[in-house]
Amino acid sequence: MGRKLLLEKAHIPGIRSYEVYRREGGYASVEKALRMAPADVVEEVKKSGLRGRGGAGFPTGMKWSFLAKPEGVPRYLVCNADESEPGTFKDRYLMEFIPHLLIEGLIAASWALGSNRTYIYIRGEYAWIVDILEQAIVEANANGWLGKNILGTGFDCQIYVQRGAGAYICGEETALIESLEGKRGNPRIKPPFPAVKGLWDCPTVVNNVETLAAVVPILNIGGEEYAKIGVGRSTGTKLISACGNINKPGVYEIDMNISVEEFIYSDEYCGGIAHGKRLKACIPGGSSVPILPANLLLKTAKGETRMMHYEGLADGGFATGSMMGSGGFIVLDEDQCIVRHTLTLARFYRHESCGQCSPCREGTGWMEKILNKIEYGKGQLSDIDLLWDIQRKIEGNTICPLGDAAAWPVAAAIRHFRDEFEWHVNNPELSQQRNFGLAHYAEALTTV
Amino acid sequence: MADEIKMLKVTIDNITIEVPQGTTILQAARQIGGEVAPPAMCYYTKLKGSGGKCRTCLVEVSKGSEADPRPMPKLVASCRTGVMDGMEVKNITSGKVTDARNGVVEFLLLNHPLDCPVCDQAGECHLQDLSYSHGKEGTRYEFKRRTFEKHDLGPYIQLHMTRCILCYRCVFVADQVTGKRVHGVLSRGDHAEIATHIEKSLDNDFIGNVIDVCPVGALTDKTFRFKNRVWFTKPVDAHRDCPNCKGKVTLWQRGDEVLRVTGRKDQWGEVEDWICNTCRFEKKHVNDWVIEGPTKIDRHSVISQGHYTGLDKPKETFSAVHGGRAPKLLMDIHSVSEVNRPGIALSEIQGPATSDTFNIDKQA
Repeated sequence: MGRKLLLEKAHIPGIRSYEVYRREGGYASVEKALRMAPADVVEEVKKSGLRGRGGAGFPTGMKWSFLAKPEGVPRYLVCNADESEPGTFKDRYLMEFIPHLLIEGLIAASWALGSNRTYIYIRGEYAWIVDILEQAIVEANANGWLGKNILGTGFDCQIYVQRGAGAYICGEETALIESLEGKRGNPRIKPPFPAVKGLWDCPTVVNNVETLAAVVPILNIGGEEYAKIGVGRSTGTKLISACGNINKPGVYEIDMNISVEEFIYSDEYCGGIAHGKRLKACIPGGSSVPILPANLLLKTAKGETRMMHYEGLADGGFATGSMMGSGGFIVLDEDQCIVRHTLTLARFYRHESCGQCSPCREGTGWMEKILNKIEYGKGQLSDIDLLWDIQRKIEGNTICPLGDAAAWPVAAAIRHFRDEFEWHVNNPELSQQRNFGLAHYAEALTTV
Repeated sequence: MADEIKMLKVTIDNITIEVPQGTTILQAARQIGGEVAPPAMCYYTKLKGSGGKCRTCLVEVSKGSEADPRPMPKLVASCRTGVMDGMEVKNITSGKVTDARNGVVEFLLLNHPLDCPVCDQAGECHLQDLSYSHGKEGTRYEFKRRTFEKHDLGPYIQLHMTRCILCYRCVFVADQVTGKRVHGVLSRGDHAEIATHIEKSLDNDFIGNVIDVCPVGALTDKTFRFKNRVWFTKPVDAHRDCPNCKGKVTLWQRGDEVLRVTGRKDQWGEVEDWICNTCRFEKKHVNDWVIEGPTKIDRHSVISQGHYTGLDKPKETFSAVHGGRAPKLLMDIHSVSEVNRPGIALSEIQGPATSDTFNIDKQA
């Protein structure tokens, strides 16, 4: 049984309310943080080795220490709750069941960064969670955790919840900032980075919900203690939202020291592949990270057991590895068609491209059309090479990472499942009749 | 001096120059000029915040700076990246850049209608130039191209959204030059479009400048539409006393007729001074203007073709190719022709020559 830090108390009845949360030891980290100097809080987070949980995995402490601190200019902390990555729903769980944990983390982080106005940018579809968060903010205000002169330190802080209008791109930090300012959610061109010029051209830190919630246990148990959980540079616990063809989809908190095989097959987590089928492939970190076939998912190219942490999942680079991403663990069983799956993702990225820069605007649509053609039995073998060429020309050439996110799934699908694409092209009628691909990628596996 | 501007050394395609701090790679490359300057479809020096969108100006930074010599991991948009001291940039000397640029041109042309034969911008279109220099001869796109309805933006401007490459320049003009923007980008992704909520609502005094900044034929001058091709008109610098703007313009004439008035553009196709709608749309008579002289245009080969410089006859090359023999007149072909019987002297033929003239059988 792994150690739980974030979801430890999530199932206590009434934990959503302030009274129960406080009785269970809530807001202790704020009390602790406000007695420390802000720089020491940042130092503590640095010591913990906490890495951004939104997808990129950038060390949070380092991000905080990059924040410019010019005189007379306000600084902002923005919580990125625009969780739109397909397959990722960990932040929803956290905010829905234990909202005060996020508020608590936000107050401590606001103190550390000197932010008097802190925003939660939440995706529009999470309408009911807005009410939950606002209720929590009202309660925190009423009990003196927010507002003026918190705990007599002279520190003022207020948290505002801002709803997005349901655009994937607004999860990109600069697009989020634009949207928060009331503009069209187009990503900005970096540099300058938000740490220098962010919200209303002021220094801004944008962190994921889970990252900010993790500040609470870090302060409670201490950064060094937190760093002992996990392996190497992957410290602490991580929420994984598992979905797809598994017996027990849901949000799991793992300490980053278990193997992928254990995560999929152990009854404590996913509980194996549904309906007794075999594992075919998996996207380990949300829709935009490369898909991995079963053999490469469970064992790395070197034959070692693949572990569920940043380095473990990234082992082998993009050639034979993937990424931790945001922790959206999507499992595909032997009956799933990779071409259809890739088409679904390509359609999503075409729909969500902001249309600002040309490779992404035109390339995502083109890839979708070609995949559509292959899926519906009208493809040619040259289309597969064309797809490869298009994704190569999108990747790395766009303003924001959405271009990469659109290119990687297509690239990985062709890299690992090229014969399935070819099968679709060569057997157009058959591929229409049975809408699943070739099953021979799946290896028969014993349950752990 | 305390506020002396620091000069930075930057090497672009192995050419080193010194530029003041705050210069972008693109501006530094333009100072070198020629092939080294990356093409730019969305960047516009006079418009703050423009650039970075079209991705045609991507360059490779092979050395970040003297202090941090690591190369940048990705290609960067040269229009939005400032130079650092000791930076080394590869533009046309980098295969990665050429490859990426080919890709960008392909993407830009993907949904472009390629209706150059009926497009007013043809001949002075930046996308045309870009496709000639970096494009392929064919397309790999085999699907239906995206189309939009044409829109009237006020009495003078026509929006042909199908041709648009979404450079956002017109949005920046409306923001920064007119001060009151009533058009913008609606929708997102490949169905994003420049549009107004209310049709025909662009009526600001300076809104005509959106036509000048448009790199393609998406925004065209309704007073000039389908009147002529740009390469048939002669650009002439002129000015007038205008209460609204500086009144320095380029007139595009055919004979004495002024077909079109635009702002004066520099060698990168950017206007030098914004002009007002009165100058642009209403002063279409030579008497309205003081003519300064012909405009020199070296960017668009089609326009400048043969206007003022005359035809350069390749004297040396010809005789070299012919082995010392001087080039002959075209009529001299007759003397070596097998078909037209060199025996018959052309000068002795009565009236216009026909095929019968040389046909001995018919004559007999």
